[in-house]
Amino acid sequence: MASNKNKFGFDISLGRQINYDANNRNIAEYLFDKEPSMRRCIECGGCSATCTTAGFTTFSLRELMILIKRGETDEVYMNLKKCMLCGKCTLVCPRGVNTRNIIVLAKKAFQKSDEYAI
Amino acid sequence: MNKHVIVIGGGVAGLEVAGQLSNMGIEVSLIEKEPKTGGHLNKWYKLFPDRRNSSEVQSYLARIVHNNRIKLLTNTTIEKFKKGRGHFYVTTNNGEVLNADAVIVATGFDLFKSARKEEYGYGIYDNVITSADLEEKFQKGDIILKNGAVPETIGIIHCVGSRDEKVGNFYCSKLCCVTAVKQAIEIREFLPDSKVFCFYMDMRMGGAFYEELYREAQEKWGVSFIRGKVSEASETIDNKLTIKVEDTLAGRPLKMKLDMLVLMAGMEMSEGGVRVAGIGGLKTGENRFFAAVDNHTGSNRSNIEGIFYAGTCTAPMNITETISHARAAVVEVIDYLKDGK
Repeated sequence: MASNKNKFGFDISLGRQINYDANNRNIAEYLFDKEPSMRRCIECGGCSATCTTAGFTTFSLRELMILIKRGETDEVYMNLKKCMLCGKCTLVCPRGVNTRNIIVLAKKAFQKSDEYAI
Repeated sequence: MNKHVIVIGGGVAGLEVAGQLSNMGIEVSLIEKEPKTGGHLNKWYKLFPDRRNSSEVQSYLARIVHNNRIKLLTNTTIEKFKKGRGHFYVTTNNGEVLNADAVIVATGFDLFKSARKEEYGYGIYDNVITSADLEEKFQKGDIILKNGAVPETIGIIHCVGSRDEKVGNFYCSKLCCVTAVKQAIEIREFLPDSKVFCFYMDMRMGGAFYEELYREAQEKWGVSFIRGKVSEASETIDNKLTIKVEDTLAGRPLKMKLDMLVLMAGMEMSEGGVRVAGIGGLKTGENRFFAAVDNHTGSNRSNIEGIFYAGTCTAPMNITETISHARAAVVEVIDYLKDGK
């Protein structure tokens, strides 16, 4: 891209669209399988409201779970390490989602890079 | 038809059933645990969606008892229950034994006990109240804080005790959203300088004219709607409340200082209903409300022949639905009685 810019004096914006067909949702499948309570999330944001990390960084568990489900995994990977695993989100969740375990499992999933490659 | 029917519960459903049956010449005994009939409606100021005075519906119900030959037993509960040869024998707490051909259970609902959601501080913080408390303030006509001051910012939290696995209530109480909208408008009416914020997970405006009321709240009354489940409230040193919520549509956590917080308490199977279920051997569902034999074609019929349900003892319902359900129960009872059972 940078070379194009030099050549033509313009750049191409990367699309913001979620390319649902092209995205790989293996991590979501893995998490649904290992922690089925994830299917119950209604995106209320209770987890993010109570999250200590979310108050100071761009970390949002609600957003993360949506991105996992859409297969937008690059962003998920960058954010996962911000979680301190305190588990307050799990106490708050009205749908009884085991949110803390989702983070733990997502970390594992990224480690298994062959099977759950981003 | 020389028959006798016992109606358990003197709220909207019980009164409607009793009145209709009595009109048809059936002898009715109406059992009510409180000293007065009318149920929850007595505590309500105005009704959604048209915000008419609840007293209008109250007097409609009061006329039923007044105009009909109904045997009214107030301050009365049920102690024993027996079925034999198509007859029901009901023993009351006063030791009276009533003999009836059929029974209608109309034990209604209880409001969720908001103190159970400790994170919102009901019963702990000075200015956290419930939707029912607010109706009481409306009736008195003064919306004031505990210290007598007039609130300027008021937050309304939806889904308190509904759609919440942590308190064991999976279901949606379905009336709290529109109650929140109604009360938000009323607060703005009483206090034109106030700001009102509703914190919701989903706006469930499914009833007739609900969406119109929601639109009016936004357009005419400037009520703000913020999509997010409030995770906690705490009291500040200056006696205000701060809440934590994620503004999910902005994608960022939000904190806000409020003068008053109103909790939209959901509906639960009443304690009286639980007692009746135990005494009568009546089936209840996963949501603890009475379980009818058929959700579509027999929502008034219980697992025991001759015992029928009316109103919110089976599920959350608004007044319109409750009256319809009560009238449907009357059809079921008449059908049952005419067969000479």
